[in-house]
Amino acid sequence: MKALAARRHHRLAPVVLLLLALLATGGVYALLAPSPASADSANVQDIETGKKLFQANCATCHGINAEGSDGVPSLVGVGAAAVDFQVSTGRMPMQMNGPQAIEKPAQFDAEQTAQLAAYVASLGDGPAVPTADQVDPSQGDPASGAAIFRTNCAMCHNAVGAGGALSEGKFAPSLMHTSATNIYQAMLTGPQSMPVFNDANVTPEEKRDVIAYLMEQREGSAGGLTLGGLGPVSEGLWVWVVGLGLLVGAAVWIGAKSS
Amino acid sequence: MTTTTTERAAAGAADYLDQRTGIGHAVKEFARKTFPDHWSFLLGEIALYSFVVLILSGFFLTMFFVPSMALVTHHGAPNTMDGVLMSEAFSSTLHTSFEVRGGLLMRQIHHWAALLFMAAIVTHMMRVFFTGAFRKPRELNWLVGTLLLILGLGAGFTGYSLPDDVLSGNGLRITDGVVKSIPIIGSYMSYFIFGGEFPGDDIIPRLFTLHILVVPGIILALVGVHLLMVVLHKHTQYPGGGRTDKNVVGFPLFPVYVAKAGGFFFVVFGVIALMGATMAINNVWNYGPFDPSPVSAGAQPDWYMLFLEGSLRLMPGQTEYVIGGFTLSLNILIPAVIIPGLLFTFLFVYPFIEAAVTKDKNEHHVLDRPRNVPVRTGLGVAFLTAFIILALAGSNDLIATHFSLSINSITWAFRILFFVGPWFAFWVTKRICLGLQRKDRELVLHGHETGRIVRFANGEYIEVHRPLDEQERWLRVNYTAHRPLEIEPATDSRGVRRKGYKNERRLARLSRFFYEDRVEPVTPAELAAAHAHGDHDELGSSESHGEITSGTQH
Ligand code: HEC
Ligand code: HEC
Ligand code: HEM
Repeated sequence: MKALAARRHHRLAPVVLLLLALLATGGVYALLAPSPASADSANVQDIETGKKLFQANCATCHGINAEGSDGVPSLVGVGAAAVDFQVSTGRMPMQMNGPQAIEKPAQFDAEQTAQLAAYVASLGDGPAVPTADQVDPSQGDPASGAAIFRTNCAMCHNAVGAGGALSEGKFAPSLMHTSATNIYQAMLTGPQSMPVFNDANVTPEEKRDVIAYLMEQREGSAGGLTLGGLGPVSEGLWVWVVGLGLLVGAAVWIGAKSS
Repeated sequence: MTTTTTERAAAGAADYLDQRTGIGHAVKEFARKTFPDHWSFLLGEIALYSFVVLILSGFFLTMFFVPSMALVTHHGAPNTMDGVLMSEAFSSTLHTSFEVRGGLLMRQIHHWAALLFMAAIVTHMMRVFFTGAFRKPRELNWLVGTLLLILGLGAGFTGYSLPDDVLSGNGLRITDGVVKSIPIIGSYMSYFIFGGEFPGDDIIPRLFTLHILVVPGIILALVGVHLLMVVLHKHTQYPGGGRTDKNVVGFPLFPVYVAKAGGFFFVVFGVIALMGATMAINNVWNYGPFDPSPVSAGAQPDWYMLFLEGSLRLMPGQTEYVIGGFTLSLNILIPAVIIPGLLFTFLFVYPFIEAAVTKDKNEHHVLDRPRNVPVRTGLGVAFLTAFIILALAGSNDLIATHFSLSINSITWAFRILFFVGPWFAFWVTKRICLGLQRKDRELVLHGHETGRIVRFANGEYIEVHRPLDEQERWLRVNYTAHRPLEIEPATDSRGVRRKGYKNERRLARLSRFFYEDRVEPVTPAELAAAHAHGDHDELGSSESHGEITSGTQH
């Protein structure tokens, strides 16, 4: 305790405190936030509220009955999974000022998202939001997940999911911070340039294996700092900066010692 | 002082050896060799020591690596690879990484040392190039060095391919494509190299033999030749007071230099070990066992091969032609064979080109300051620019994602830059060099500005200039500015066309390109004239007082 007291005035103390506070808030939120599974128990009430939310926030682009318009897809039959993915990652409502709709802080809380999803799901059958069981990494097999990821996803998302470039400024984002549910939904609905991996392509069990593999990557590498998981280019950069940098520094020091 | 038994025994043994081999004389000679001191002379040593680390760690790896492409089911760590079908090479690499004590550390040390080895070679080469250390009598050693660079690439490439993961397999697939693009013999060569259709099951054992025996063996032999030549030629030295082409100013090899160099080995080893211990490199289990179908985003070779990758990425794909049933793949041949061929040819021939355009037959032991040879420096920077642009083009996808750019525009930008950038870099560098030379002239002639303003009785202000000391002046005037070659007329005195005139004219043109723009060093006469004229500048020196009153200065 004494040591702690002594460090109270350290100049990093506020930063540490802030981080702790954020962590605590995040933890509490995770506990309190309703699990996506509850979206299934949609009732008429939810659908009604969802419809209102939709008309206020989405109808300008997607049309008053979500029938779509020029360049904006119809949402009939995209299912609750698509809405939950798009809205919880902040992609929708969209602000188009780049080659693709990007992630931003979500504009709706979990309840509103579920209501929107319920409304869109009521327009036509589509994939539902996965259950907590379906996305539980501890039930998946990371070895099978690695194999599936390698053959289906790595060409866009990089071998460990660090992200990669597509044509014309589009990109496959890093998957290092995506929630398990969003990973599942992305495969199921294929947002934007990403292909759909329906349950015939990649079975629900295999999807869970992929999640298990991706979650494993977040634990870091047995070899030390992962350097972003970007492969040889970042390794090359680091050898010049750290390796040669330190050694040239040492050489200058040794050279200077003599004269 | 009493001699102990051990000391007596050591002296006895040394004497025994000396009487039979005469080694004492050689050691004494060697110990008295003089080495000048400068940090940039240690760059080669970084390369040498990383090579030593490579041999030591590589030796460890051979104890566990199984160079076989036979398929096995891997059991054990890491759990992402448990129960997966893979080659024995890959499985043994995983085994080394996760089961062998210190195995992963050794792998990472080996790989970091390889990257550092190449980085040190490249910077060492830059030092030699920009200071003109390749001039007579060291041209051959430059050739040996360039060979070492290429062998280093070979060592890195063969090693990178050994673990048989997806990334190394991608590299081999590209190699296969490049070999096949060679007209006529390409497909035969590919079958020859891979022992049949790619990937076959011979390539790993073959690469293994190359990687641990042939390539390091040749490197070791050439390093020996390289160092022997350094000792024979004596070390070059930077220009400065008292240093000439006839002497070497520095410390004796023993004990000062040996102590420094020996200590530096441990620094190099330490840095590599630190990197190996804390920074993950080539975590092959992320890429998985080789399988020809997947290619992941961010699939790139190690940095020293990145220029080839970039060259391939920049080349438009449409340049493949089918002529009479034969395919001519210019889209691969040009970027992967011709471009690197040109780059390496430049490295091999440059010393000889410079010798030809200067007709300079003297030995040089004092280095050039890069500014004093503007065209050489410009060419060097142009070369590096091309190399760096290609390497960046090889990373175009990462540039796109990290700077939110479109990969298509980046590729186009690099295509243009590859042709424009080197010219521009050459032009700018040459201008900067000439500017710096002029500044040196200024400085020698007029001395340092001191910021002290003096006002004379007649109202005139001047700034006091302090003349350069001996050392500073020596550094700035002691160089030769070569002039373009003069050639004799096309016909001799009897009006007969001279043989070889055309070649001479070509050489003269090249020489003009090199030395047309030049800044001559200040001559003693100019210096004297400047002093007589502007002595008032040197208010500090006593003999100038008479001049001040004259009031005729500008
Ligand atoms: C500024 C116009 C705009 C607004 C506002 C907007 N969207 Fe979208 N939305 C789009 C466009 C354009 C796409 C197609 C994106 C693409 O695939 O490139 C899209 C796609 C979607 C998709 C994916 C459809 C599929 O086929 O998977 C869903 C779901 C969606 N929007 C839901 C919503 C919801 C819910 C809202 C309101 C909260 C909303 N959007 C607001 C423009 C908009
Ligand atoms: C053709 C390239 C491509 C392939 C193949 C692909 N993706 Fe994607 N992926 C994308 C793109 C592009 C996006 C961004 C879509 C967007 O922003 O709406 C994306 C988005 C995602 C997201 C959402 C990330 C986030 O931060 O919200 C996840 C999760 C995801 N992909 C997982 C996968 C998995 C798992 C696979 C393999 C089964 C896969 N992807 C295959 C291109 C691809
Ligand atoms: C000459 C300079 C050398 C260079 C540039 C070099 C480079 C490399 C590289 C880049 C790898 C891939 C390592 C990995 O990430 O797994 C490698 C692997 C290997 N090298 Fe070297 N190496 C050199 C010398 C040697 C020597 C002298 C030996 C043995 C005496 C050796 C033995 C090995 C072995 C056995 C492997 C495979 C190990 C594994 O994948 O686990 N290398 N080398």
